Amino acid sequence: MKIDVSHVAKLANLTLGPKEKIKFEKQLSEILTYVEKLKEVDTKNVEITSQVTGLENATREDEVKSSLSQGEVLSGTKKKHNGFFKVKAILEE
Amino acid sequence: MKLNQLTIKQAQEGLRNRKFSSVEITKACLEQIKKHDKKLNAFITITEREALESAGKADELVSQGETLQDKPLLGIPIALKDIFSTKGIRTTAASNVLKDYMPVYDATVVEKLKNAGAVIIGKTNCDAWAHGSSGENSDFGPTKNPWNTEYVPGGSSSGSAVSVASDMCIVATGTDTGGSIRHPASFCNVVGLKPTYGRVSRYGIVAMASSLDSIGHITKTVEDSAIILNTASGKDPKDATTLGFPIPDYTESLKKEIKGIKIGVPREYFIKGTDPQVSALVKKAILVLEKQGAKIVELPHTQFANPCYYIIQPSEVSSNLARYDGIRFGLGRENFGDEAKRRIMLGTYTLSAGYYEAYYKKAMQIRTLVKKDFESAFTKVEAIITPVSPTLPWKLGEKVDDPLKMYLSDIFTITANLAGIPGLAVPCGFAEGLPVGMQILGPQFSEELLFQIGYAYEQATEWHKQKPNL
Repeated sequence: MKIDVSHVAKLANLTLGPKEKIKFEKQLSEILTYVEKLKEVDTKNVEITSQVTGLENATREDEVKSSLSQGEVLSGTKKKHNGFFKVKAILEE
Repeated sequence: MKLNQLTIKQAQEGLRNRKFSSVEITKACLEQIKKHDKKLNAFITITEREALESAGKADELVSQGETLQDKPLLGIPIALKDIFSTKGIRTTAASNVLKDYMPVYDATVVEKLKNAGAVIIGKTNCDAWAHGSSGENSDFGPTKNPWNTEYVPGGSSSGSAVSVASDMCIVATGTDTGGSIRHPASFCNVVGLKPTYGRVSRYGIVAMASSLDSIGHITKTVEDSAIILNTASGKDPKDATTLGFPIPDYTESLKKEIKGIKIGVPREYFIKGTDPQVSALVKKAILVLEKQGAKIVELPHTQFANPCYYIIQPSEVSSNLARYDGIRFGLGRENFGDEAKRRIMLGTYTLSAGYYEAYYKKAMQIRTLVKKDFESAFTKVEAIITPVSPTLPWKLGEKVDDPLKMYLSDIFTITANLAGIPGLAVPCGFAEGLPVGMQILGPQFSEELLFQIGYAYEQATEWHKQKPNL
């Protein structure tokens, strides 16, 4: 099993150095080969388990409640402007 | 006995009878931390000032006659794994990404512990983002095993297990996604509980793999484990997976007779590749509980559980760690360590277009088969006992360059996370001077039964009383 780490890293928004690419390609390929073992199991007509205790449709009342203040929400960022998070431009003219 | 060596139960009694104060216990713990933590590296943050302040308040409340019913943990020093959000106390997840992160709210469990009167003494080291089985993936340096500092303490709740084992606190919290509480507890000779999925709220705890994450704790005795679960469990409107089942008083089941309880041993957990010393100690422990020996049960999909877990878990990790972009809080993604990068990439790959069905969906189907194995076994026996880890603690550095080898140390613990069932790790002996633990597994929401069996074993043995020579 071979994995294109450059492509996957791009999808995951990670930057890898050339040495890291070689190391991770080897390690991830080994792990993917290991999990190939699952192909041995016949899973035809087997349901998936995503909620292990079987809960369904857990909802709550839609009530207005107090939330964090603007100051608290912004307290963790180093880049803010006029009470907003400041980010790089996404669309360019 | 020194005050930092107390169990919760002993501290509760002594505080009420005014034999000592919370400030005295807290000081004894802080002193122990100062004396030994340079060597063991169990803590990332020590909250000395806040701890002494809240201990002082606890002592006032005791003198005003505050009752155990209202504040069961009043004045008890507790350490929190550093992935539990704590308002105004740095919370790093042991990663450089969050090395300066200061939460503006408490995790639900932290709020509950505080309301019960507990004194937060510090935040413990762990594998970054709770990714690891040895404690070595921390960006704040590895934690050492107090039984032999050349060995790993197990992970990922490494600092929590070490702080309890070396009496730096009375109790510590942990998280268990694939064994991260039970594994270090067994490597350090302390008791670790992974509750049923949804029994304890995950709100405010740094998410690892959301369909598997269980929130639990590490204690010196089984009784203490029951005491903490009384406070920690219950429905939380902020975590939709928590269940509204009534919460029993978990300490009440402890003293019930275990005679007649059928215990099973899965054939698949005593296989080639398991250290024979470990198998022998666990089998001996089972004989303490079942004079005639336990009934053999089959869990045929066990061999597929580990590869299944190593698809589901990284897939969910990649999704949960996608939120760390350095914009709202924390630093940028270039600060992720190797293990986080590996899991993010693995999960991104298994969830990417064209691979979802072959990997994630397939693994979720196999998860159903693993769960059904347990359901069928629990129609024949009430509880199952297995080793926690297939090996003894290993030397620091031994597996760091071979992630696959590291992943194989979880083979006996991840099944409980896949099936959503509870597991209790209890000390059951020593080999080559290092601790060995067994785990007691039961059906979903059978924590009372696990405590009952664990407590009976503890009463019959002395292993949990052994302390490392620091």
